[in-house]
Amino acid sequence: MILLWTDGLIFTLLLSILAIGFYLRGKEHLKRPLQTIANNSVGMVSLVVLVFFVLIGLLDSVHFKQQGSGNEIISLLDVWATPLREHGEKTYSAPFATHLYSKEMMTLADGSTQWDYPRLQFGGQHLTNDDDKLRDIVQKTAVGVFQGVVSFMALMLVYWLFVKNKRQDEDSVPFTFQPVPCTLFILITLSYTLIHLSGYYHVLGTDKVGEDVFYQAIKSIRTGLIIGTLTTLIMLPMAIIFGILAGFFRGWVDDVIQYIYTTLNSIPSVLLIAASILMVQVYMANHEADFTSVVVRSDTRLLFLCMILGVTSWTGLCRLLRAETLKLREMEYVQAAYALGVKQHTILLRHILPNVMHIVLISVVLDFSSLVLAEAVLSYINIGVDPTTYSWGNMINGARLEMARDPIVWWSLSAAFVFMFALVLAANLFADTVQDAFDPRRGT
Amino acid sequence: MTSYLIRRFLYAFPLLMGVNILTFVLFFVVNSPDDMARLQLGQKHVTEAAISNWKHQHGYDVPLLWNSEAEGEKKVTETIFYTKSVGLFLFKFGVSDSGRNIGDDIQQRALPSLALALPTLMLGLLVNISFALMMVLFRNSYLEQAGIVLCVVLMSISSLFYIIGGQFLFAKLLKLVPISGYDGGFAAIKFLILPVLIGVFSGIGSGGRWYRTLFLEEVEKDYVRTARAKGLSETQTLFRHVLQNAMIPILTGVVVVLPLLFMGSLIMESFFSIPGLGSYTIDAINSQDFAIVRAMVFLGSVLYIIGLLLTDISYTLVDPRVRLS
Repeated sequence: MILLWTDGLIFTLLLSILAIGFYLRGKEHLKRPLQTIANNSVGMVSLVVLVFFVLIGLLDSVHFKQQGSGNEIISLLDVWATPLREHGEKTYSAPFATHLYSKEMMTLADGSTQWDYPRLQFGGQHLTNDDDKLRDIVQKTAVGVFQGVVSFMALMLVYWLFVKNKRQDEDSVPFTFQPVPCTLFILITLSYTLIHLSGYYHVLGTDKVGEDVFYQAIKSIRTGLIIGTLTTLIMLPMAIIFGILAGFFRGWVDDVIQYIYTTLNSIPSVLLIAASILMVQVYMANHEADFTSVVVRSDTRLLFLCMILGVTSWTGLCRLLRAETLKLREMEYVQAAYALGVKQHTILLRHILPNVMHIVLISVVLDFSSLVLAEAVLSYINIGVDPTTYSWGNMINGARLEMARDPIVWWSLSAAFVFMFALVLAANLFADTVQDAFDPRRGT
Repeated sequence: MTSYLIRRFLYAFPLLMGVNILTFVLFFVVNSPDDMARLQLGQKHVTEAAISNWKHQHGYDVPLLWNSEAEGEKKVTETIFYTKSVGLFLFKFGVSDSGRNIGDDIQQRALPSLALALPTLMLGLLVNISFALMMVLFRNSYLEQAGIVLCVVLMSISSLFYIIGGQFLFAKLLKLVPISGYDGGFAAIKFLILPVLIGVFSGIGSGGRWYRTLFLEEVEKDYVRTARAKGLSETQTLFRHVLQNAMIPILTGVVVVLPLLFMGSLIMESFFSIPGLGSYTIDAINSQDFAIVRAMVFLGSVLYIIGLLLTDISYTLVDPRVRLS
């Protein structure tokens, strides 16, 4: 068991979210917004998709050293996807292909050479005759769908036995046709089908060095999630403390804090990130002994990227919180607390902080999707994650040259597009729902 | 008003000083010139002589802040801080690490950047505002619902996909425009048309949503109800009253980014090989040319501060209720 920095932080974050949830359970003033979210089917569907992504990300965050071969650091997800990881081809191959994408000089059994598409080492290897391919794919898909349906049924059965029976309310629509179970059904069936198929084929093809694109896209989920969540974790304390202090104390404290964030804001953020990433590179080059493993190395860079993104992105939230605190401190209940002789830090903690929390929550969910998108752009300029890290940005970056090839290699780009789009769309829709539920100016 | 502007103008100096010190710390203190030399000359097998030679060539072989070996005022002037950072205040950007004059490069490249960024901004503004107005006009209907969904979907696609997809479709498959490149004068239009359109299209999602909330806030106000009550049609109230009043936040939002247009768009320029400041910056980052990056950081902050100043002025111009003091 090896704990990488980002793993540790992610699990800390998870634990603290659970702790906060436990602390806030049953609080009356939170029931209404939570109910609003629960009643919004779009919000719930996107939440299910997000949770699905998060689960994959968490599986990918439990690292340990592989026994035996080379002491590689791998994650639980890697163990699960061992066939995907090890079934590397020579170079490009299309989705579900049985042959490579480019012709090669091959030596035949009788010693003569031939210029043709070589057979893949792993993709479709079990086929005796290439003409059977379509039938075989349909058959394997059916098996996968069947597995998915069975496990979905099992899940529903558990739900019926343990949850539904306790609640007596009758739904007018049969439960299985409601949006959330439908999404669950699609997700479960899809993943079973893909898992089953990917044991025999490269479902999304292979890339330039013959690595499975499906595996890359799955591994990229963790990177996207970490960038989206850890960055906010890093920027939150800064934004909250500075924003509230500036609004509460005004005077020179306000001046200093405003000066800091205007200065930071005025530096083009891309350049600040570039400068800091170059700095990290130099640091790692000078301390090569500390970064022996590729995984540790790319993890450190990922963490630094989150920190730098955090430093460049806290100013917006800080400004919002300052404005809100300026408004709150003139409210009657704060004035009353003053008059009753409540200490300043108690007022801050008990009267101001809880009342700006909705702004914090909304901006955290809103920022998530833009951070995931930002990672792709930064990786494209080479100032994002380490080139060895699996990330959608790196996939797109690699695909840029593939689009210029003839015939074009489209699957890397499409895979990155679909996965990224699913995550960002779910995050955007969920953010909208959260905003509707928690923003007092919106909705009823 | 004048005294306020002068005060704001003077406030720019501590800000720029802060930017300068921050970049100085980032580039020279955390990252010593030795590291820089090693990075430029290749990580391994670099002799001490090669490093000191590189440092001497680029003027990094003096102390950071205080030259105790020099005489008199040269104690301050013959330092890296003085030669590299103070010069920026006078817009003397000096020579890049590859030996070119940065000031000249910036002057040459500002125009192509502007030729791409300005039409994108203007056209984008037009498209976004009309799209948002349409959504507000048909509010509480399926048309608006469809518009919102479209916005969220467009927002969820990375700008990289718009560029790659657009370039592939229009330049490679349909061959309507050249794939990339740039030309002087009006010949540039055929190179600019695709990036501008892609830039506009990729902004519709977030832009349309943002303007829609602005308009919706206005639509709820009392004066709009009065306008409707006195018999104006819905289109008249929207275009006459709502649009005019929503112009205040729109205008100030645009003014703040106007100066930054000079900085160009990093990704767009590098994809379409337009020789603007954006691709200049990317090239500098990729070749790790710290002198250029430093110059661009300073230029960016100056432009940002000018933008803030312009916003203040534009507030007083368009909104008579605002008085600066």
